[in-house]
Amino acid sequence: MFEIPDDRKYLESHEWTTTDGDTVRVGISDFAQDELGDVVFVELPAEGDEVAAGDEFGVVESIKAVSDLYAPVSGTVVAVNEELFDAPELVNDDPYGDGWMLELEPSDTDEFEALLSPEEYREQTE
Amino acid sequence: MNFDQARFSREDVYEPLLSEKDSTTVEVDADGVLPDDLTRDELTLPGLSEPQLARHYTRLSQMNYSVELGPYPLGSCTMKYNPSFTEDVAADPNAGVHPDRSDRTIQGTLGLLHGLQEYLADIGGMDAVTLQPPAGAAGEFTGILIAKAYHEARDDDRSEIIIPASAHGTNFASAAMAGYDVVELPSDEEGRVDIEALEAAISEETAALMLTNPNTLGLFERDIVEISEMVHDAGGLLYYDGANFNALLGRARPGDMGFDIMHYNVHKTFATPHGGGGPGAGPVGVVDELAEYLPSPMVRETAHGYEQYEPESTIGKVHGFAGNWLVLVKAYAYIARLGDAGLADASAKAVLNANYLASQIDLEVPYGPFHHEFAATSGDRDAADVAKRMLDYGVHPPTTKWPELVSQAMLTEPTEVEDKASLDDLAHAFNAAYADSDEALETAPSKTSARRIDQVSAARNPRLSWQSLDDSE
Repeated sequence: MFEIPDDRKYLESHEWTTTDGDTVRVGISDFAQDELGDVVFVELPAEGDEVAAGDEFGVVESIKAVSDLYAPVSGTVVAVNEELFDAPELVNDDPYGDGWMLELEPSDTDEFEALLSPEEYREQTE
Repeated sequence: MNFDQARFSREDVYEPLLSEKDSTTVEVDADGVLPDDLTRDELTLPGLSEPQLARHYTRLSQMNYSVELGPYPLGSCTMKYNPSFTEDVAADPNAGVHPDRSDRTIQGTLGLLHGLQEYLADIGGMDAVTLQPPAGAAGEFTGILIAKAYHEARDDDRSEIIIPASAHGTNFASAAMAGYDVVELPSDEEGRVDIEALEAAISEETAALMLTNPNTLGLFERDIVEISEMVHDAGGLLYYDGANFNALLGRARPGDMGFDIMHYNVHKTFATPHGGGGPGAGPVGVVDELAEYLPSPMVRETAHGYEQYEPESTIGKVHGFAGNWLVLVKAYAYIARLGDAGLADASAKAVLNANYLASQIDLEVPYGPFHHEFAATSGDRDAADVAKRMLDYGVHPPTTKWPELVSQAMLTEPTEVEDKASLDDLAHAFNAAYADSDEALETAPSKTSARRIDQVSAARNPRLSWQSLDDSE
């Protein structure tokens, strides 16, 4: 059984996102990291870049596969987790914590509401 | 069969580099030969005798596994043995001509190029062939540029290329490199093109459909005539990826199925060396209507002999001169030696061998009947582990975990060159590895010169250097 915390929302493509009102944080789910296997490389955008909901914002590479990462909401990148460049295994070890990838300043907070609830995401992974 | 690959002197240590065996400082007297600022007085060179050198390279070759040692059934790669007479032909001093010589002084060379253009056109059912692209993927890119030039000449601004999900990754890359959006097509339950999904995907934006037939599961696309009509009715072109042409050689022709453009993987079908980065060749054939867009130069026969010419609306050059000439010499020699009957025999044996091997293994083969290759599944066992364990039984394993349509896929292509005894060796290796304990699989290979590679560390901390590295670093 994979961990699916109740404090965040999810995408069908297995990203999670949390919000504190001003910014949203993005990463990939426990299910996703397990499917990928050992992550060896993460490519992320630069601070200040604009992303649109549903668009690719980066790439995660494991020894099994290379997968695109999709933005949950539109906005401006305010922070990226640079630790992942030296320690991509954080995505496997702590996907909901130290393995976070991106922080965005959302341009439209309504987009957050359209994402999957933990229950809906759990149904998808079962 | 008991197998232990050659390992020398110390456990888990490779044959040392030449520079590690000996580095002797040689004094160089280059006074007056070159300017002083371009010369050194001393050079560090290995001071080894000829037998030491011969043994070094022989040991390296013994630590390797090659198709000259046993079967190499990498699915989709067609790792067949290349007859060595083609190397002799290519090594003939007469093959070494300067590409800038005038046409009338190299009639033999041009005659061979023209002959190969004709051979390939005939074998593929195409009307004209360029030999210039230097590899299969370069051929794909060339073919898609030709499709683009064709549409643009009609002021038809199409934006999409349709590609089945099971296709080779190069198809997606070629389409994207040429500036197209890729529409990915799902497979149906039998592993073939889903006709309903194709119908939904085709539109006036469709520039071309790229198709591999038989596909990457070794399955023949039975609906190819219907598919061809659907694409053509919408004004699109049909592109044939020649990766699996080995299965149809001398028996069916892409041109007759309605394909407009195709590339030939001469390193698979016509036994030229697998380039591993080059030099290779990926000739492209087209129907009459597209011949004017082919790269320049082409070779034609006139009343006065052979001459090179530039097609009327050429897309330009995709490589220097005529392409990788000596690779083309080998392809020509192979086709000429085999002839029509030999080529048809090659495809018959490729299909027979794949089907025989599939019948002898204990792993499930979920799709079929198939042609020259099959995708077995290792089920709840990890395909990569089974493959690594197969190395311990003295054979090269198949391609693993691709195509993704089959979970834990082991895509196997024995090729036409294997006899029954070596197919039985392969089947034994499959079955023995598949039946081994989890521990044996997880620690495999244990009998090869290089043991199990730590892929995660290799990917996370690559150390790329031509020099040997101290492991304590």
